[in-house]
Parts: sequence; structure tokens; C-alpha cells
Amino acid sequence: MSTPENTGPGPDPLTPVLTRRWTAERSWTLESYEELDGYQALRTALAAHPDQLITLVKDSGLRGRGGAGFPTGMKWSFIPQGSSGPGAKPKYLVINADEGEPGTCKDIPTMMADPHSLIEGCIITSYAIRANFCAIYVRGEALHPIRRLRAAVAEAYAKGYLGTDILGSGFDLDIVVHAGAGAYICGEETALLDSLEGRRGQPRLKPPFPATAGLYASPTVVNNVETIASVPAIVAGGSAWFREMGSEKSPGPKIYSVSGHVVRPGQYEAPMGITLRRLLELAGGMKDGIPLKFWTPGGSSTPMFTAEHLDVPLDFEGAAGAGSMLGTTAVQVFNETVSVPWAVMKWTEFYKHESCGKCTPCREGTYWLEQILERMVHGEGTASDIETMLDICDNILGRSFCALGDGATSPITSGIKYFRQEFLDLVAQQPVVARPQQLADMERAERTISTSLSGASA
Amino acid sequence: MTIAPEEKKAPVAEGYVRLTIDGIEIDAPKGEILIRTCERLGIIVPRFCDHPLLEPAGACRQCLVEVEMGGRPMPKPQASCTMTVADGMVVKTQHTSAVADKAQQGVMELLLINHPLDCPICDKGGECPLQNQAMSSGRTDSRFVETKRTFPKPLPISSQVLLDRERCVLCQRCTRFSEEIAGDPFIDLLERGANQQIGTAADKPFQSYFSGNTIQICPVGALTSAAYRFRSRPFDLVSTPSVCEHCSSGCAQRTDSRRGSVMRKLAGNDPEVNEEWTCDKGRFAFRYLQSKGRITRPMIREANGELVETSWTEALRVAADGLLAARGHHGIGVLTGGRLTVEDAYSYAKFARIAARTNDIDFRARPQSAEELEFLAAHAVGTTPDTGVTFTAVEAAPAVLTVALDPEDEAGIVFLRLRKAVRKHGQRVFQLGQWTTEGTRKTEATLVRAVPGAEAAVLNELTAASGSPDSGELVGALSGPGSVILVGDRAAEVPGLYSAVTALATRTGAAVAWIPRRAGDRGALDAGAVPTLLPGGRPVSDAAVRAEVAKAWGVDQLPATPGRSTDEILGAVARGELSGLVVGGVDPDDLTDPALARTALREVGFLVSLEMHHSGVTELADVVLPVAPDAQRAGSYLNWEGRLREFGPSLDASGVLPDCRVLDTLAVEMDADLFTQTPAAAMGDLQRLGAHAHATPAGPTVPAGATPCPAEYGQAVLATWRQLIDDGSLSVDEPALAGTARPARIRVNPATADRLGLTEGAEASVATDRGAITLPVELNDLPDGVVWLPANSPGSAVRATLGAGHGSLVRVSAGAGAGLGAGHGGAA
Repeated sequence: MSTPENTGPGPDPLTPVLTRRWTAERSWTLESYEELDGYQALRTALAAHPDQLITLVKDSGLRGRGGAGFPTGMKWSFIPQGSSGPGAKPKYLVINADEGEPGTCKDIPTMMADPHSLIEGCIITSYAIRANFCAIYVRGEALHPIRRLRAAVAEAYAKGYLGTDILGSGFDLDIVVHAGAGAYICGEETALLDSLEGRRGQPRLKPPFPATAGLYASPTVVNNVETIASVPAIVAGGSAWFREMGSEKSPGPKIYSVSGHVVRPGQYEAPMGITLRRLLELAGGMKDGIPLKFWTPGGSSTPMFTAEHLDVPLDFEGAAGAGSMLGTTAVQVFNETVSVPWAVMKWTEFYKHESCGKCTPCREGTYWLEQILERMVHGEGTASDIETMLDICDNILGRSFCALGDGATSPITSGIKYFRQEFLDLVAQQPVVARPQQLADMERAERTISTSLSGASA
Repeated sequence: MTIAPEEKKAPVAEGYVRLTIDGIEIDAPKGEILIRTCERLGIIVPRFCDHPLLEPAGACRQCLVEVEMGGRPMPKPQASCTMTVADGMVVKTQHTSAVADKAQQGVMELLLINHPLDCPICDKGGECPLQNQAMSSGRTDSRFVETKRTFPKPLPISSQVLLDRERCVLCQRCTRFSEEIAGDPFIDLLERGANQQIGTAADKPFQSYFSGNTIQICPVGALTSAAYRFRSRPFDLVSTPSVCEHCSSGCAQRTDSRRGSVMRKLAGNDPEVNEEWTCDKGRFAFRYLQSKGRITRPMIREANGELVETSWTEALRVAADGLLAARGHHGIGVLTGGRLTVEDAYSYAKFARIAARTNDIDFRARPQSAEELEFLAAHAVGTTPDTGVTFTAVEAAPAVLTVALDPEDEAGIVFLRLRKAVRKHGQRVFQLGQWTTEGTRKTEATLVRAVPGAEAAVLNELTAASGSPDSGELVGALSGPGSVILVGDRAAEVPGLYSAVTALATRTGAAVAWIPRRAGDRGALDAGAVPTLLPGGRPVSDAAVRAEVAKAWGVDQLPATPGRSTDEILGAVARGELSGLVVGGVDPDDLTDPALARTALREVGFLVSLEMHHSGVTELADVVLPVAPDAQRAGSYLNWEGRLREFGPSLDASGVLPDCRVLDTLAVEMDADLFTQTPAAAMGDLQRLGAHAHATPAGPTVPAGATPCPAEYGQAVLATWRQLIDDGSLSVDEPALAGTARPARIRVNPATADRLGLTEGAEASVATDRGAITLPVELNDLPDGVVWLPANSPGSAVRATLGAGHGSLVRVSAGAGAGLGAGHGGAA
């Protein structure tokens, strides 16, 4: 929410785009939104041909903000159009607001502070892809944002931004705000669609992809909140303006959720490609001056970085180039006081709890990994546990049904990669046997048996 | 040194792609799933969730292989059970790829971390895909030293199916089967992650007529059957291919026995007939083999009226003497029922003509009509899978009409085919019936509603009005090439219905198939256990045909007088116009009027009964001759398609004789030679007669009967048929199966209930002058003034109690019985 000042090296922070209304008085109201140019982009969009909007978003280079970074305009252009064949089916827009990645906190504040930017984006996107129904799937635990969003949708209906013949354009759109039931898996787009249809939230087999058979087996665009909230700004400012921010392949502004051991944790909007060094400056540096030990660039599912990576540009290419992923730009910062095996254990407990259970590697693998890590942290690890964990991760990564299984291995493999010695130290601090208690039990049992045997023979 | 000529590659056929698997080039049809292409090459990729008849799931991840597309290796190993083949694809399975092999080993290790090590006491041990594939694709030891997940067990998800959640690998075959194939999604996944488990809703057990299939396709020992659990190990079993003896579908099965007892039955794999499924009745209803009602020794009735065991010699002599005397007096009739094999039916048919010297033989141990015989001569007798309707044709049909047949209750495998066709290609199903049954709903059928007895009129109206908008739907749909009309044998209860079907078929060009209820019915028809037809559908009335058969049988002549139907034979007996009866496989309570039938059986001069179990006939018989069940003999059935379903003995057959052998010996005592000493001899004799080439007669043209109409307050028209799992005599002694039966209910529509003061859930009575049936009421969408009862379910033996049937007028009232004298239960 802070407006970064133009100091220091790295890309120049610009006027905030996505967060610019957040500090306004009662920013979530329609009145406030309209005062700050709200729903102007919609008027521009409705005057254009839908295909022009798709082209505009393609040209802007906007990439999905949910973590995978798929080009948004291209995703929209996959929706079949036309009055016959697959194009004749109803089309749907579904907003993935099931923000659940550990450390991520950008969509919830957006919906809290500026819900109308999302709604305006939904209307423009629906118009572009010719959808007359849009569902916003919000994480069930996020009760307050759900209320805000529902109130905002009601305001938009009352003002004629939603419903039939929007602003006299002849375009109709209904938006439904749907509360999930609190499952990490439902952030996976096909699981989200199943959940939205009232089924058990588990990922679907792809193909068919949502663009051809999504919600109710109809062509569907599934986009993240931040992606769609960026759309009105693109329509208003144009693709060239949008490309002024960020890098060639990762243009535009991005909200970085900085949490952990920093002085001022919070949401920092910056052009794509900002570095952690710059973000730390914006966040007031490391808390209490304790040095940085490790951090995640985009949530716990992205392999961790260390102090070596302070200058890695945080865009899709930069993060990938350094061996991680941009993910949801959930920058979790940990200082020297934090044990890596402990942190990895906590993350793994999360993945074990949230594994949907559909496929074997993720379901059984996280169950096993959690127990090994808990055992290690409780002082009963062995050196071979480290190799076992790496091998289990190898048997999950790329073998699971969806990407969530892959994500579960990231903290472990990256944690061991950078901090293997810490794991080894944890093992070394204990007796050489894995389970002293068990061994003692066994020894006692053996003694009893040999005693009774010798007694019998005597 | 010779140089091999350069191999010239054949072009890829239209609709095919060419790919390479483990270095072998193969052409595969477009859309084929990779794991099947591997199978065709003999490369078995391990798998759990994959099943060829279920939609791909990709859940277990055991079948990972490496795939290269367009020269570029895919970054991750791919599940071969979900990936379709593509041109130029290069696939490396565990045999050629270290990555695939490691991936498979890894998944296997993960599957086993929470799997109990109870193979030595597990039903599946020895035939377990997990056990086998753990050997082929697993590590020799486990690195897992943590705590295994445990669940209380077993969890009964129905009286028949027990679930062990610890053994479950969550492949979802059972849930997918239930949802996709059977349409009974009573089991589903609950919870998530490592706590994910199969379960049922709190108050809703796994109620499905096909639940046993989930046990068979479970790739581990997670689903076990109450009947088989802990009874045997697979390697102790002797397995024999067999054929189901219950309905006319003729499922291929496998019978597993141990120490002379059948332990279980499994569905066989017959893509043309039952695919890989069988219904729960076919799978579990075999305890009759050991029931205490089994007759093992011949018996004769002594002067004091007691039935006592005796020797075969004595029993056959007494039977022959009695029958010869009866033949010399007013003659003998022969009544047979639905359990007979083709060979047995043929033996009865031949016995009737040359030993009893009569055409008075009828296999229809149920209401029957002359119209039916005409219909069968025109549409059923002599058809084969090459000339008539088949399961495959039913599946391919654009539209199907079922008449006097609720496929789910009366022909389960037909129901599965209809459901498959509806799901796969949007087949239109029409059901001429009274209410929207479970089966109607699951086949998305359009119900053509008719008051019982008025079905013929309703069909005639639709046929006559074809072209008008209100009839167009059914007639138009059936006019599509390949459409089929399936007629159940209940059609005989409605005068004019068989004729109406004939007319509709003529009008639309739809093919007609007759689906009788029992396994032996179609075979009995073709074998000549019919008053008007000799074997092969040869008309009795044709002197030349009689001469031909007489010659083949080595007798001078065959009786020329056309025979009488079951009802007529019993009537003749009651009037003293017949002196003897030979009865096999008949339950008096199935007959049109059970009371009249019992009187006739009691009054007849001499009664010989060939039976497996003590029955309403044996208790009145003068001589009882025990016969062998299917498990202890060879034989064959003709299923409704006219497909010969041969089977051999599953158990030791010493000491028991099949009907054909008993009849052969009995005939010898009567100085006639049947040449049916063994089923093989009987079949040979029948086949020597050959097919009967003749012009197909036109079907019947009986006008529709009057629509029954309740004449006074409290009356209703009875609709009734049997539910699959009921009090059928072959379903005895299997409480776990009986526990999955649908509860017996009185069904009426809300308006009728309102008028008669009935409340849903409360008891009501259906009564006639003979008795009353009292059951809870369930509201449904029947026509007004119609009441439905299950024909033979616990507490609802309709014919036995009420002496009434489909289309009869009955009295309906709230509360318990108002029948004359008897309370509910009647004669039972």
C-alpha cells in the first residue's frame, strides 16, 4: 500500500496502478471508485469490438498473475467464437479468487479495498470473450472480502453496470460471488470448476482444457483476480503504456506480498522485475537488523532463495533463471533465527493437510515427507532421511496429477539444496540411532527374552 | 553375406497413426489410449485406476511412461492410461526407460506405505493386482519407518459389500463403476489427502443391483463380499467357465469352487454379451445348491400319503407304470419351467411327443396366451445373433422401446447396455410402463404411461396416429434405422399387446426382440417345449413337418392334435380330462391362478415331479425324481438373442442326473427311446434335426382389450412385476444378497393416495377376495387409479396371496389387511 519512492537502483517505481485507490476514503464503495475514474474504461471497452479488446490485451503482454504467467490475451483468444459449432455454446468467465498459497495476500486486499476494479475487469473481459455469466470463486475463509465483493456487485447492478443491456450497449452480464469451502486444491483451475459445479473439488483430466470444456463443459476463461483487475487499466492506458512497466516478457505492475522478518510487511506494488534488495528497502529492511537467511519469491511452492539472490529480478524469466518461479510474488522473508528444517516441516504439514488425495504421489508422498520432517525436527532424524526425502520428492515432482504435488516438493528440495548442512547438523545432534526410545524398548525386550530363555534351560 | 532388402514401409491406414513403443513401430487407431496400444504389443504397463470399460482417471499414476512428441521428449513422464496415441509419438515404457521404471517404482513404494501387510489373510491375496505389480514394479523392501494410516474395519457399505479402507489404493474404480456403468452413485470419495476414503452417506447404504462388480474390479482387497470373505484363497479354488442360470441374458461367468462347494461366482469377460459385468443376483444367488431343501434321492408316495426315499430303479418303475396307465386313460400333460437348459427342454419336448404321445407341453409357467405363441413363431423362434437383435444391436440402436419389461429389474445386462448407449451416443429410450422406475430414470427413458391392461390400446393409438404431433416422438424415433423394440414375457398378460408390438414394428421398421424372464425360456421355445411347435419352430399342424421329425426320431408318427397351453392343461386336469402330469421346474405360485393350479396338481391321477428342491409340486407328487443343478452338469442355454451359451460342470457330478438323463431312462421304462442320455447326446440329437427353413409367419392381430377401470370407490387397477432381488426360489439362503433388495412398497400416485386416504410411509393394503398384502406406501407418478406391487418380494407374493395379476381390479385401503379371511401374507 505504500507508494515506493523513486530512489535507489533497479527499475523505477511508478505511480501505483493496481493499488492506487486503496488509500482513498471508503475506497471500496462505488462512489469512491467512480470519483477515481472508475467504470470509465468499461465505457471505452463497450464501444470497441470484443476482438479489439482481445488484441489489446495480447499486445499489452499481460500475463496471468495466479502463478503460471500464461499470456492472458492468448487465453482469451482460445475461446471458440461463432454462431455454430463449439462457439455456439455459452461462454463463461470464472475468477480464481481462492487465494491460498502460503504467504500470498494480494487478491484479498484487492477485493477488500478495490472490489470494483475486479468487477469492471470482469465486465470488460466477459464482453471481450462474449460471456454473459461470470463467477467469482472466493476462498471460503475470506468472509470479509466476500461481503465486500457481494456489496460491490449489488452496487454495480443498481447502477446498471451489471444485468441486462449494460450502459445501453446491449451486452448482458450476471456476476455470482461464490464462497469456496476452504480447500487449497480449489485454487487449481479445474478443481475450482468442479467445486463451482457442486462436485468434489479435485483436478480434472486435461485435455479438454477449460477453453473448450470448462464450467458445465462450456468454453471458459479462468483468470486470477489481479490479472482481471489489471484489465481496466490496460483499456484506459493502452498497451504501450502498460509495457512501459516491467520487462519485455513480463510487462506491467505487480503486487508483491512481503511478509516475515521485515520492518514493514505489506503489499508493495512495483513494476515486474523488482529485486528483493529493493523490496527490502521499501519494507524498511530486515526486522531488528537480523540478517536475511532465506526467502521465497512467490509462495512456498516456489523453491526458496537465499541472500545470494537479493538481486534476482522478480519477473517470470528472472525467477526461473535463478532456479525458482515467480509464482504469486508472495515474498516470505526469514532471518537467521529460523531453522530451515523447521520451516520446511511447517510448509510440508500444510501440503499434507491440503493434498486433495486424488493421485498417489501427492497424497502418499506428503504423508510420508511430513512424518520424516517431524521426526527430524523432533530429534530422531538420520542422515539417510535426507536422501530418502530427496528421492521421494523426485517421485512426486512431475509424477503427480496436478502442479500442486510439484509445489509440495519445492521447499524440501530447495531447502536441502541450500541448507543441507543444517539438516545434517540436526541429525548429528542426536544419537546415531533413529529412535532411541524404540531401541531401548527393543533392548529391554531382548533382555527379557534371553532371561526367560536362560531361566527355562536352567 | 546376404543383405536384407530394404524394408518398404506400408502407408498408415486412414484413421490410424503410427508410433513407436519400446522401439517397435505400431499403427494404432486414432484416439486409442496408449496403455491399450502397449497391451496389443504385449507390453504390460502396471496400472490400478485404469479399466478398459471405465473412463480414464489418471489417478493412481502407476502407468507412467516416457513420451517423445515431434522429436522432443515431454518434460514429465506421462500416464499412459490417459494419453491418446499420436502420429510420430515415441514411447518408452519401463522396459526401455530408466525414468519410467523409476517413476513406477516410486509410485508403487508410495502406494504401499499405507497398505497393511495382511496379504496372508486377505481375500485378494493370490489374485491381487497390487500384490502382483508390487512384485513386478516394486522395491524388495520399504524405506517407510513411520506410522501407517489406520481405519476401523471392515466398514459394511451394504449387507453384501464390506470395505477395508486401509487396503484401498483410492483408484476410484468402484466409484466410477457405480456412477458411470450402474448409475448408482451411492459410494464416493470422502475427506481429502491421506484421509481420503471411500464411503457412503450416513443413512444411505450402497444400494445397487450391480454392486458385486465393484468387488471384482477392485485391484486390491478393499472391497470384499460378505458371502465370500475369508472363505477361501484363490489358489485353493477350482475355476470353471460357466453361464448364469438366472435371467435370459446368459452372462458368461466363472464359477469358483472348493471341496465340492461353489464359493463364489465372477463375471466372465464376453464383450458380445455381458462385457465384464454381471448382476448381484447372478453373482451371489447360488446358495440354493446347498440349501436344505435340495432333493438328493428319488421319492415315491406310499399308500399312507407319505413321500419316502427309494432307489432310482424303484422310483423310475413306479413313475413309468403310473404314466403308462395315465397315458392309456385320458393322457398325460407335460409342464416345464424356466430353469431348463436347451438339452432338458428338448428332452421334455421329445418325451411329450414319443413317450407321453401328446403335444400337451408348455414351458410357460406363468400367464400365457395363444396370441403369444403366434408372436413367438413370428418374431422369436429360430432367431440367432446373425439374424436377430443382439446386445450389440441394442447398444447401437438410435432408439429403443421397452414393452412389458423394466430392464433393470428384469434383464439387468440389457439395462446396462441401454445406459451405456444413452451415455455414449444419446440413445433415446422409451419405456411403456406405469411409473418412472429407477431404471427409467437411469436410462433417461421417456415413460409412455399406460393403465395396466391398456398398454396395447396406447401403442395402437400411437401407431395409428403416426404423423400427428403427439405420437411423432415415439413412432418417429423408432423409424430410425436400427431401432429396436424389446418385449418382455409379461406382454402375455395384456391381450392384444403382442399384436400391437407387431403392428408398431411393421409401421416403423424397428426390429423386435423377445426378452423372457428366465434363462431357459428361449431355449424351451426353440427346443419345442411348446404346444404348437416342434423343435426348431416346426409347426405341429404341418403333417409333412411331423413326418420329417418322426423320421428323424425313428418313430412312426407324432401326435397330430395341437397341444394345449399351461392353463388349458391344468384346466383339463381339473375337469378330469387328463390323467397324468410330468412337471419340471414349475412353481405353482408363478402360474396364472395358483389356487387352481394346486387343485389340479392335487386332483391329477398321477403326478411325476423332476425337481432340485422341495416345492409346491413335489409336495403333491406321486413320484419325485431329483435332478442336477447347473453346477453339477453340462448343458447350454439360449439367451434372448438366440445365442447358445454352453457350460460344463463346475462341481463333481457323480450321484446326480440332469433332467435329460432322467427323462431318457424314464422313457426307456415306458418303451420309448429319447437318445438324451447325456446333455451332449441331447444336443447332438437336436442339432441333427437342423434348422427349419420356412417363411416367417405374420404376427398376431388380436385387438386390444378393454381398458380396466375401477368401478367403485376403493378399487384400483393392479400393476405388478418382479424386482430383481426378491423371493425367487433360486435366491434362497443368501441373506446378504436379500439385504440389498429394494424394499417392497405399495406405489400409487398422490391423487389416488389422497382419494383413498393413503399416506406416504404409512401402511396400506391391497386386497382381493382371496387375501390382502399390507406394505408401506410410496408415492410415484403412476396413472390415476393404479396401484403397483412387487410381484414376488417379501410380504408381497401377489399371485399367491391375491390370485390377481397385472391389470386385475383390487381394493386398496389405508391400514392393515381387509382381505377375505386372510391377513397379509395369504397363502405364504
